[in-house]
Amino acid sequence: MANRIPRVPVREEDPAKRATDFGEVCLGYDLQEATLEASRCLHCKNPRCVAACPVGIAIPYFIAALHEGDLQRAADTIARDSSLPSICGRVCPQETQCEGACVVGIKGEPVAIGKLERFVGDWKLAQNAAPAPAPRNGHRVAVVGSGPAGLACASDLAKAGYDVTVFEALHEVGGVLVYGIPEFRLPKQRIVAREIEEVKKLGVVFETDVVVGRTVTVDSLLDEEGYDAVFIGSGAGLPRFMGIPGENLNGVVSANEFLTRANLMHAYDASYDTPIHVGRRAVVVGGGNVAMDAVRTARRLGAEATIVYRRSEKELPARAEEVHHAKEEGIAFRMLANPVEVLGDERGWVTGLRCVEMELGEPDASGRRSPVEKPGSEFEIACDTVIMALGTSPNPLIASTTPGLETTRRGCIEADEAGATTREGVFAGGDAVTGAATVILAMGAGRKAAQAIDAYIRGKADEGRR
Amino acid sequence: MYPILEKRLLAEGIWLMKILAPRVARSARPGQFVIVRTDACGERIPLTISDFDPEEGSVTIVTQAIGVSTRKICALGAGDRLADFAGPLGRPSEFVAEPIEALRQRRYIFIAGGVGTAPVYPQVKWLHEHGVEADVIIGAKTRDMLIYTDEMRAVASHLHIATDDGSEGFKGLVTQLLEKLIAEGARYDECVAIGPMIMMKFVALTTRKYDLKTTVSLNALMVDGTGMCGACRVTVAGSTRFTCVEGPEFDGHEVDFDEAMRRQGMYRTQEQRAAAIEAERAAGHVCKIGLDK
Repeated sequence: MANRIPRVPVREEDPAKRATDFGEVCLGYDLQEATLEASRCLHCKNPRCVAACPVGIAIPYFIAALHEGDLQRAADTIARDSSLPSICGRVCPQETQCEGACVVGIKGEPVAIGKLERFVGDWKLAQNAAPAPAPRNGHRVAVVGSGPAGLACASDLAKAGYDVTVFEALHEVGGVLVYGIPEFRLPKQRIVAREIEEVKKLGVVFETDVVVGRTVTVDSLLDEEGYDAVFIGSGAGLPRFMGIPGENLNGVVSANEFLTRANLMHAYDASYDTPIHVGRRAVVVGGGNVAMDAVRTARRLGAEATIVYRRSEKELPARAEEVHHAKEEGIAFRMLANPVEVLGDERGWVTGLRCVEMELGEPDASGRRSPVEKPGSEFEIACDTVIMALGTSPNPLIASTTPGLETTRRGCIEADEAGATTREGVFAGGDAVTGAATVILAMGAGRKAAQAIDAYIRGKADEGRR
Repeated sequence: MYPILEKRLLAEGIWLMKILAPRVARSARPGQFVIVRTDACGERIPLTISDFDPEEGSVTIVTQAIGVSTRKICALGAGDRLADFAGPLGRPSEFVAEPIEALRQRRYIFIAGGVGTAPVYPQVKWLHEHGVEADVIIGAKTRDMLIYTDEMRAVASHLHIATDDGSEGFKGLVTQLLEKLIAEGARYDECVAIGPMIMMKFVALTTRKYDLKTTVSLNALMVDGTGMCGACRVTVAGSTRFTCVEGPEFDGHEVDFDEAMRRQGMYRTQEQRAAAIEAERAAGHVCKIGLDK
């Protein structure tokens, strides 16, 4: 089949405008564009894209349905494997997953699978269809955390007839989708709130301001509140710092703090009380998606913003699209540089960042070439804000208050493929188990755990009948 | 939403509020704190728990109106509702987990300063209920600013008061009164100090001379209060600790108070500006040059 039309470009907000506001950057396809892009799919017999999708969405099938104009079938096809298509279509690293494996991409540009998924997801949200509530089976499951893992687990269990309550520590539901990923990448009201509304329609109950491990414990949920099982999807944890001098100066913040102030606490909106420190020049240390989110937020809040990363651009772990967008918005990239000291004035405020130049040596355990310091190459970057985006280490709160719940050497909750932990009736998935990863992996883990929880509760009920 | 059951003025600008929050009340222990948000646009403010009643399902907080958010809290009255009340957060005081017999061998001295007197109360009350001796020093600028004296007298073995101007009790600082008590023969095994950072710093410096183990409760800046943001990091014994999950109580002899005080002021300019704008607005002033934007 002749397939020579180029990838349909997706409309984006003008970089000059968007560098000053928080509106969504990527505007997405319309029906005509989506149908045209769908026509580029080869419908491979052995679709490599499906194998490369962490949750195995039947990609060629939903694209075929979309191409035929049967959007309902496209949406149903995705829904079999993913509960959050509008979100994953926006935040998945498609270039290393489905689109990275796309055969069309060998000679040209791969099919824009992510943009098509987003189109179908948004169409489905716009239909506002009320799902038929499943008959209740009388069993109750508690879900800890309302991020991607918890939402996916809760919605699958509700569809299977369970009464599910999701406990959220913060005042708003959504986890990282709300506090972490910025508005310009994932609109909160138009997309996240609507996806959560869908979960609520299934009968899932949300309780905010409940910090599991403090307000209640896993034990009290099982023993006192009568839940048959608990799923822990509590997320990543405590922000890492470098351990270099000057890191506790005023003006040094974690990306988590910076983004939480901006996203969850709406610091960019004058009608909110939240203070935020941006300064005139902000440096973000790190090269992942969180670093890109932080640097682009700082830019939007008016700062000259720079990324400092210890490897080269090729190794940047962030989504290619985010790096591209960041550059369009005027973000400076200082690659192969590693901070050695945060410099401050006599009042204890940041004045700059002393770095050392790096070069790439042998590949390390992750397969990436590890950076090595170039002796005598120290230099300084003047700035008044330093944002550390170096990943997180596990939050000990739940593990330390749940007897019998083992953790790995790195402090993550120990769980098998299906999400079962070392404690009977307790399941876990997402960043709490894997350490910081992606929305799609967390969602996948939540869905697997929902199956395991269903099997566990059925097994126990059978035992009871014997 | 969390209804305010009761509101009482304790001293000028210092209000006691009893909040209906059954889950928090059931799990609260001395030494822990809550995060409060007044409304959808409000900040998340950490406040130490001043009392709790699992049966009534209530938790008591004491707030001094100093910033935009604390003023917002204090402007609410009985019958109003707080948007959020999350907790109990942080680790309970160490003694809660210790064997009672060991505690009964010990004599505690609590040093409470200003609004910090309120969170001292549940600790002394807990020890009193478990038959442990505890003396208390309450310090304030002047007699009118003293709070919780009657409540404390009911649970403390001895209550001592210090005011800067001598309008009640000892004239001088809490540290001077402590030294006087020790000089007069008082013997203590452990000290707990809660109050302004500067007071805790000087209590720690004083008790170090007597090799008296001292615990302080840090009121660091926080956003989420669950370990996620790292705003509350503080240097203790040379390493960075998170006040919200590892504290709020730390060994006072190991805390870097100067850094902690500086970090508390990180958003002060913005807060002062916000407070000034708020005051102007209240006075009916409309900003024409956009400073309120």
